[in-house]
Amino acid sequence: MAEAVNAGVAHGEKLIFEQTGTGRANTYFPNGRRADEFLPAEHLRGELPLPDHSELDVVRHFTRLSQRTFGIDLGFYPLGSCTMKYNPRVNEAMAAQPGFRDLHPFAPDDLAQGALQVMYELERALSSIFGMAAFSLNPAAGAHAELTALLIAKAYFAKIGQGASRTTVIVPDTAHGTNPASAAMVGYKVISLKSDERGRVSVDEIKKVLGPDTAVCMMTNPNTLGLFEDHIAEIAEAVHAAGGLMYYDGANANALMGNARPGDMGFDLMHLNTHKTFSIPHGGGGAGHGPVGVAERLVPFLPTPLVRKNASNEYRLDFDAPDAIGTMRSFWSNFAHAVRALTYIYANGAEGLTRVSQLAVLNANYVRVKVKDFLDMPYDETCRHEFVASAQDLKRETGVKALDIAKALLDRGFHAPTIYFPLIVPECLMIEPTETESKETLDSFVEALREIVATAKTNPQAILDAPVNTVVGRIDETRAARQPDLRWEPASTS
Amino acid sequence: MYAPHTDADVAAMLAAVGKSSLEELVRVDERLSPKAPMEVPPALPEVELAAKIAGYAKRNAATEYASFLGAGAYRHYVPPVVVSLAMRGEFLTAYTPYQAEVSQGYLQAIYEWQTYICLLTGLDIANASVYDGATALAEGAIMAVNATGRRAILVSSAVHPNYRAVLRTYARGLDLDVEELPVAAGGTTDFASLNARLADGRFAAVALQSPNFFGCIDAPPAAVQAAIKASGTVTIGVVAEALSLGALQPPGAWGADIAVGEGQSFGNALAYGGPYVGFIAATKEHMRRIPGRLVGRSVDNRGNTAYVLTLQAREQHIRREKATSNICTNQAHCALVATIYLAALGSTGLARAATLNLQRTQELAARVTAVPGFTRAFTAPVFNEVVIRVPAGLGAEAVLEALKARKILGGVALGRWYPQFADCILMNATELTTPAEIDALGDALAQIAGARETVAARG
Amino acid sequence: MAQPDGLLYSKEHEWLKVDGDHAIVGITDYAQNSLGDIVYVELPRIGQKIEQFASIGVVESVKAVSDLFTPVGGEVTEVNAALEADPALVNRDAFGEGWLYKVKLADVGEQKNLMSAADYDALVAEGAH
Repeated sequence: MAEAVNAGVAHGEKLIFEQTGTGRANTYFPNGRRADEFLPAEHLRGELPLPDHSELDVVRHFTRLSQRTFGIDLGFYPLGSCTMKYNPRVNEAMAAQPGFRDLHPFAPDDLAQGALQVMYELERALSSIFGMAAFSLNPAAGAHAELTALLIAKAYFAKIGQGASRTTVIVPDTAHGTNPASAAMVGYKVISLKSDERGRVSVDEIKKVLGPDTAVCMMTNPNTLGLFEDHIAEIAEAVHAAGGLMYYDGANANALMGNARPGDMGFDLMHLNTHKTFSIPHGGGGAGHGPVGVAERLVPFLPTPLVRKNASNEYRLDFDAPDAIGTMRSFWSNFAHAVRALTYIYANGAEGLTRVSQLAVLNANYVRVKVKDFLDMPYDETCRHEFVASAQDLKRETGVKALDIAKALLDRGFHAPTIYFPLIVPECLMIEPTETESKETLDSFVEALREIVATAKTNPQAILDAPVNTVVGRIDETRAARQPDLRWEPASTS
Repeated sequence: MYAPHTDADVAAMLAAVGKSSLEELVRVDERLSPKAPMEVPPALPEVELAAKIAGYAKRNAATEYASFLGAGAYRHYVPPVVVSLAMRGEFLTAYTPYQAEVSQGYLQAIYEWQTYICLLTGLDIANASVYDGATALAEGAIMAVNATGRRAILVSSAVHPNYRAVLRTYARGLDLDVEELPVAAGGTTDFASLNARLADGRFAAVALQSPNFFGCIDAPPAAVQAAIKASGTVTIGVVAEALSLGALQPPGAWGADIAVGEGQSFGNALAYGGPYVGFIAATKEHMRRIPGRLVGRSVDNRGNTAYVLTLQAREQHIRREKATSNICTNQAHCALVATIYLAALGSTGLARAATLNLQRTQELAARVTAVPGFTRAFTAPVFNEVVIRVPAGLGAEAVLEALKARKILGGVALGRWYPQFADCILMNATELTTPAEIDALGDALAQIAGARETVAARG
Repeated sequence: MAQPDGLLYSKEHEWLKVDGDHAIVGITDYAQNSLGDIVYVELPRIGQKIEQFASIGVVESVKAVSDLFTPVGGEVTEVNAALEADPALVNRDAFGEGWLYKVKLADVGEQKNLMSAADYDALVAEGAH
């Protein structure tokens, strides 16, 4: 039988390197000269082992790949801690403006005033929304921003003569993995703090580990259980009394715009993920954007450059900061994302951003009160923008785990929630609807989940076999790790 | 506002949740209420919003000038098919492919990126991308430290200044030493002191960039490669202009164990500095030290080929403080853009584009040095950048100002990083540079030099 | 899986079989079961001097990575080369073919810091996570 044509159906798609019909070059560039006319042969590579495909074949290949990819544009992502809200297309149109898209980072400041104004206004807006003295747009992602913030803390303590003594970072056991990883990259020792029975950081517990060696306490509020840390002011006081700094992981910032500000809670350092709170698209795993904000006394340590405005409303890049920790990346910022974020902020205004957070909290609680009918809620109280449920009892009863529920959701056209995080809840499902989902979507999600749990009790195998409607079923991850196949090899070497 | 809730929706949902208002639902303790209102202008309807932001875009006159700016960010032709495919909503709005069964398309595209990077750099393994070339160098250095147990890095001063700055920032965090190899008068790395410095086995890695920051081919000669290997030191090859891999011997061919660099030239816009996309490739030996995400090929339970994120136990979300790196989000979409660019161009397109860069740069160098007083600072062969020394007494910055007045961005003055080259300008030409632009540059320089002479002659 | 007799155990789920001033070290069946499918083992180098309870390697599974804390100190004399190609040996036969490394003991007295089979079983029973 002839090879099946792969148009809009679920056959596999060969690698671009394995497709037949290569040797069909496109004519993007004129032909004529050869590299060895300009350089001696010893500097030149011989073969360039890449396939040539016609533009149509390239279009079909990647179009088919896109059809094997789930996105917000296709369906609902209840992914806790990821804030998968709608990515407005006006943001894309603005980022694609030639005046932004074609601007070289070394363009003279006076010929880049529009771009500098975008960065300046975004920085001012973020500072006021979150109650910080200033932000740097330098870091390229949340984890990059955490690293930046910890380097700032390290530099600050060195400056006040406590660099050698302040060696530990306190991290709640509910923290995202990047928190301790970032701390380790700065040479800090990590102390993990056990959450109390209410799922919060306990003031008494933290006082036991605070001391003259405390550099930073890294927290988020609401925490990764979706619960508001109501003792945050006392915690911040205790940390400050010990001479330490408070760092706010901004992954959950979508819960509190217009309602509470990390700066007011006592945080000295924070980061944001604009690819979460401010609607930048996730793009399959980046590029992200992680602005880092600080309290007044830490401003001198922010990475360079900052954007300054003078009395005549002229903007410039300021590299003159003797106490700055340095720079975190080749150029100034993920600027195209700064455009997107500013566009989003201006689309919403203060009232709009406040409502964003309110509706995010409403959506989460709406789903929570329905899901609690059929799944355990380890913390049965009003949540913020996300909540956690546990499949522990279901697992004991039926053998169906959080992972299996996740796969069954894929079969029903939903992306799975976040699973097995935070670590302190067994068989954890973390659900964050975001504010851009309608009541109808939430209702159908709840129904799907209810049906999965019911099926688990009567016919668990059906759930354990999931997914069956997707283009591939469960994948042998052990084989992928034991026999790593991380790239295609040309035939002669395989 | 992008939330779809009607008043009726809100009322029904509040009732279900048992709250009487949104304010009641989100209430926090009085002490924690915002101490100041948000300083953000009122919401704009989209028609006004678009006009406002487009207004900012129009106030970047640099994009209308002829440009010879390079220095780590390059103007290249991106066929429209690249953006059109990359901006498909599934690719744009997808999450990280942790649920592999619904992410096969993206996973396969990243596997293809990993393959392209290996083929282009001449090495065995590549990861799913890192933030940019500078952070790729920092992460590569950490790999070398983990591999050797040594805590110092030797980097050439001809490596991009911003890359060296980022390396130092990361090194401070980890208490690593960074030392530099000087630049020789000829514009390439001065290896004279290398053997002595390698002797005590202090360095985890030697990092070399080719083409280097001055555009010069700076691959280490065989004797240098051998000396580095013999001392148990890792060679890190840095590539800031990825298009050079379309013509030049890649790092894998000049002794690099780890190759790091910037993929912006493959289809990604200049965008005032970001987002860009870094790559890391290495020999098999370093596979388990590579930071960030890796896509592997396996099979599913139906016997189909299937792609999946693998070796995740090394990553932050499992290993936490013992992770190979803290990296989480990478630059997947930028890597996708690069992959589509490489697929569309193929070997033919890439080779032609690279050759055009060589050609235009030779033409640029010839036309500029035809103006009396302007000379090439270095004789080493180059890819697509040249360093031009301006006539004595003129000053590099002054020349650039005068060119700017004629709507030409002539390049980047080197004095801010290299005092010994304070009278030099780094100029870049690519396949987008036209002969007319090169001519106009030559004419402008002649006028600028002539004007000075005329002033001098008048006494 | 039945545990062989005559082994000593550490809190970190390693076992030790002593033979005069040499010993063989591995991880317990409980440990391999908790980790899941083992994909890679990073062992100390032959000739490496190690200290009791120091972290000297890693056992990596698909979903977790576990540090190897050596139950005794001394000099590593041999490592199980078969694990490179077949890390699953540790899953299949943790007490036998899945051994990790052999060590010439620095101080036979260190063994008093380890547990008997009965004590280890009690540890597992109470702390099962």
